[in-house]
Amino acid sequence: MPAVGAMARPYRRRGTSVAQRPPESGPDERTLGMDLQLEVVDHDDSSVLVVHGQIDVHTAPRLRERLVEMVSQGARRIVVDLNDVDFLDSTGLGVLVGVLKRVRTHDGELLLACARPRILKVFEITGLVKVFSIHPTVDAATA
Amino acid sequence: MLRTHQRRGVGIELEIPARAEYVALVRLLVSSLASTRRVLAESRIDDLKLAVSEACTNAVEATRSGNERVVVRWHEEGDRLSVDIEDQGHGFDPANLAVHPPVTDPERLNFERGLGIPLIRSLVDQAEFAPSSSGTCVRLVMYCGPTEADDGYAGEEEQEA
Repeated sequence: MPAVGAMARPYRRRGTSVAQRPPESGPDERTLGMDLQLEVVDHDDSSVLVVHGQIDVHTAPRLRERLVEMVSQGARRIVVDLNDVDFLDSTGLGVLVGVLKRVRTHDGELLLACARPRILKVFEITGLVKVFSIHPTVDAATA
Repeated sequence: MLRTHQRRGVGIELEIPARAEYVALVRLLVSSLASTRRVLAESRIDDLKLAVSEACTNAVEATRSGNERVVVRWHEEGDRLSVDIEDQGHGFDPANLAVHPPVTDPERLNFERGLGIPLIRSLVDQAEFAPSSSGTCVRLVMYCGPTEADDGYAGEEEQEA
């Protein structure tokens, strides 16, 4: 099965042999495409968190940490840009629900920018499409 | 260490440490298999991938020490494929899950968890939960139809092009 044979590759990193990797260090996140990158950008009066990668049980705590940090640093209008997110699960939804509550207690707002059908579908199935303010782009969210 | 092997006529099995960082590897396996085997439309592969990921997340969270294992089994038979996710955790009662307030209720924001099982049930054609004292086995079943997009959206690549 070619698919299974390919599974050996994620352990390889350019210039790093399998033997050099610690035995229980976990899979190579970048090679698997499961790493999460977070980038904060100021956009008029909003703070935009641009999320790249996959949001799951492993990466969601980092998303929560960054958003909580933004709120505690005074951000009151936060846009989370999900347009470069390949995967979002219930753990990620939970983080967004928790941060929405936190922002609202500070009289702030949390907006989402997302036009990806596979991500929007998760909000639709769970009904959270009615809880969040979701816009196709960051510009639309901050307009 | 990860272990993958194929059993003739039965399917494919992957055993992972019950740790969060390995859940993405299961997603990769499931989406690769579904694509390679050409048994599901693109959007259904996304559904299966998310459902399996949710079940693996539950399996990882049900274990305490992180030393347990989670076994994922892929099986094709006739008009359906199934993915079993088996853990060694403390189990749960699928009939007694917490019910969330409606999404229009402000109290809804007090619930960050508990979305996984409803998601699983919405995404796959059949979901069975078999808890026991030694762990839980979740079986997710998808009926295989034509591989053309036929259920809601035409596949992301197509729409974004």
